[in-house]
Amino acid sequence: MSLLSVRDLDVHYGDFQAIYGLTVTIDEGETLAIIGANGAGKSTLLKSIAGQVTPTAGSVTFADVDITRTPPHKRVPLGIALTPEGRRIFPSLTVEENLLVGAHVKRKGPWSLASVYEAFPLVADRRDRLGANLSGGEQQATAIGRALMSNPRLLLLDEVSLGLAPVVVEQIYAALPAITSTGTTVLVVEQDVNQSMKVASRVQCLLEGRTVLEGRPSDLHRDQIASAYFGI
Amino acid sequence: MSATSSSTRDLHAVVSPHARVRRATRASWIGLGVAVALILVAPIAPYVVDRGTQGSLVTLFSLIVMATMWNLLAGYGGMLSIGQQAYIGIGAYALVYFADTLGLDPFMAVPLAVVVAGVLAYPISFLAFRLSGGYFAIGTWVIAIVIMLIVQQVPAFGGGIGQTFSAFSELTPGRRIAYVYWLSLAGVVLAVLVTYLIMRSRLGLGFTAIRDDAVAAGSLGVRVTRSKRFVFVVAAMGCGLAGAMITANTLRVQPDSIFSVNYSVFMIFIVVIGGLGSIEGPILGAVVFFALQQWLADLGSWYLLILGVIAILITLLLPRGLWGLISGDGRIRLFPVGYLLQPRPAGGTGAGAASPAAPSGT
Amino acid sequence: MQWINAIIQGILLGGLYALLAAGLSLMFGVMRIVNLAHGALAILAAYLGLVIVQATGISPFLALLAVVPIMAAVGYLLQWGVFNRALSMGGLSPLLAAFGLAVVVTQLLQLRFSADLQSLQVGSLSVASITITDQISIGVLPLITFVVGVVVILGLQIFLSRAPLGRAMRAASDDPQTVPLMGIDNRRVYALATAIALATVGIAGMFLGMRGNFNPTYGDAMLIFAFEAVIIGGLGSLWGTLAGGMVLGIAQTVGAQVNPSYGILIGNLVFLAILAFRPTGLMPKAVTT
Ligand SMILES: Nc1ncnc2c1ncn2[C@@H]1O[C@H](COP(=O)(O)OP(=O)(O)O)[C@@H](O)[C@H]1O
Ligand SMILES: [Mg+2]
Repeated sequence: MSLLSVRDLDVHYGDFQAIYGLTVTIDEGETLAIIGANGAGKSTLLKSIAGQVTPTAGSVTFADVDITRTPPHKRVPLGIALTPEGRRIFPSLTVEENLLVGAHVKRKGPWSLASVYEAFPLVADRRDRLGANLSGGEQQATAIGRALMSNPRLLLLDEVSLGLAPVVVEQIYAALPAITSTGTTVLVVEQDVNQSMKVASRVQCLLEGRTVLEGRPSDLHRDQIASAYFGI
Repeated sequence: MSATSSSTRDLHAVVSPHARVRRATRASWIGLGVAVALILVAPIAPYVVDRGTQGSLVTLFSLIVMATMWNLLAGYGGMLSIGQQAYIGIGAYALVYFADTLGLDPFMAVPLAVVVAGVLAYPISFLAFRLSGGYFAIGTWVIAIVIMLIVQQVPAFGGGIGQTFSAFSELTPGRRIAYVYWLSLAGVVLAVLVTYLIMRSRLGLGFTAIRDDAVAAGSLGVRVTRSKRFVFVVAAMGCGLAGAMITANTLRVQPDSIFSVNYSVFMIFIVVIGGLGSIEGPILGAVVFFALQQWLADLGSWYLLILGVIAILITLLLPRGLWGLISGDGRIRLFPVGYLLQPRPAGGTGAGAASPAAPSGT
Repeated sequence: MQWINAIIQGILLGGLYALLAAGLSLMFGVMRIVNLAHGALAILAAYLGLVIVQATGISPFLALLAVVPIMAAVGYLLQWGVFNRALSMGGLSPLLAAFGLAVVVTQLLQLRFSADLQSLQVGSLSVASITITDQISIGVLPLITFVVGVVVILGLQIFLSRAPLGRAMRAASDDPQTVPLMGIDNRRVYALATAIALATVGIAGMFLGMRGNFNPTYGDAMLIFAFEAVIIGGLGSLWGTLAGGMVLGIAQTVGAQVNPSYGILIGNLVFLAILAFRPTGLMPKAVTT
């Protein structure tokens, strides 16, 4: 039984359709990577799962509950947490306060201030610093930590590596095994194909709001991915 | 229909070949016809209706002027002012000063009073523009209070008691009210026309862009602050005109009443009820407001209470006001200030089925 | 000597203005709503106190225990019934709704209580004073008001910086789109913020009524004084608001010392001068948490 099942999803922004009949399923414990060029509809998919946009057709089912029209704040108690594109750290709150806001919904699980600090030493060093004064990498790590504080069953990560130096990206992805080893299901969205191929058990490539390629990283050929990614 | 204005040509260049840009619709031709007919018929009122009715019409005209100006500020410029009574008072006092104290011809004194309101509004805008949003609103109110308190301290203006406007005292009452009526009619036509022309101009498109997104408009090269200042000054002049009209009608100025915040209450309620962001809304709103005022006059405090409740409900449920309801949210426009983007039909014309394009839309 | 006295009275008056301004500041800080009905609601609280005092004969201080929770409930309901919807409509809607509300509240009070001046009787306390020198004495009631103002601001400050709900309010102020991703319902946070703001408005209205006269139209002046305190102090700083209240209070009492009819005018002029020469206020964002 899949943990998350997105079926025949249509999403519109006004008259513009961003997603066309998209279907995505994830099993518990899996790490799925959604890849695709800028504007493919990756963030829109994550927002539909987190509840920030309401689809015009199709359904989103999480742990057998239809959540298609559930408001975002009611999805967190069910076990969905999103690290949004651009990190969206609260600038006037300290790092620790950001994490504590993330703990507003306290589901049972391994994550707490202490375990987040352990998994992200980058965050621990900056705990008293204001969100406004963090580097990109520190922000990203804090944002992931903040999402973990609710002990989600499904963690949605949008463009973790965007705008970060490769070293920093390595550092952040280094924490991923610690997250998945506790059984957390992860959905990563990346424009950076290589990075996501390394961590994902399955890859799904979007182009203009539709799935154009799907499979295990080991089964997919570079050229196949390149042509799906660019639509050529 | 001036489909050749330069901004229209620019738009032709950017829209797809499958659409065409139009400004006038069938409704706007009808609207123009009705407006012209009204303007042609209105001047004969002094020969057919009694003095009381003429006085009431002057009041209605002043409400239309004020509401049109407030809408120019808020509906287009995005500036919510609670301080327009400052310019009503300035216009009123300036009229009395020029006509009575200096002895100028009253018909010369009115345009001068309008200019004074604009000239004072210009420096005031620098102060008011230091605030934005709701704080701008209260700031404009404070400025109006300060002007009133200063006027109250000036013996030459009659202090707290005020002054009588006596430039018309040699005229017979019938003649005086007819003059004031014609003056006000000219005033209201001018105010609506000026607003209409501003909104149709290239500047007007810029204002609509500012209202919709000031930051983006700024980055696109719209001179946001300068445009806002221009609107602020024009709105002050319009309110100065309304103040002069009111004074010529009531023959008195008194600081507490001519600088009363109730004028702002009226303007806001009229525009909210009629519809923010259209030329027609404030006119319709003024007529409805005026009718309610006559109808509910006996109810005393109840009438403002009822209007307040109506205004809140309209704000929450009908943000484009009564005019939005009548026009089907902008599809019908008597005074087309935006551009209509129509699918280019295979055959016929289908003028009625246009949907509004971005500039005049939401 | 009388100047020093005027300054001391001004500082104490500033405590009342700061008390009035705290709620305005809080609502703006959390939701970017400038509640134009703020003054009218303060007067509503004073009348509420009057009704309770007249019906039960208890002291206005005891009546506070009823007025504050009632005003908080009014705030909670107002946010759900009016402001949350207005916020979701965007543009000028929140301001227009608040403006309509101000007129409605004022007219309701006018209908029910007429324009007669009223006050909340506190017996001998209204004249009690502490004599410092022959010419300087400090009224006990103004002093209590001042202390209450400082305590309310201190309390709000601690609440915002320490309490989980206060933290959520700051987060919502930073980024309302992201807060729901933490499982927090913005609308509820907003409703609680308005409830707290109106609780402080309740306190302010009661002390206003104890310190002097009021009638339904006094709400206008109360809104303006609160606004001036906020702007003089600098947006986003509660301590700045306290300082702003004191500057305004001093300007008014010293102005009134020059000529009784100048008090309000001088207060407004000082406000405009600060707006002109120091538009970010005296303590911009200085002590925000
Ligand atoms: N708020 C929005 N309003 C209008 N269009 C949007 C909005 N957000 C995204 N889009 C459009 O939807 C499409 C998909 O966007 P997005 O999901 O952000 O893509 P991705 O995350 O894959 O880069 C893009 O064409 C984008 O321009
Ligand atoms: Mg994206």
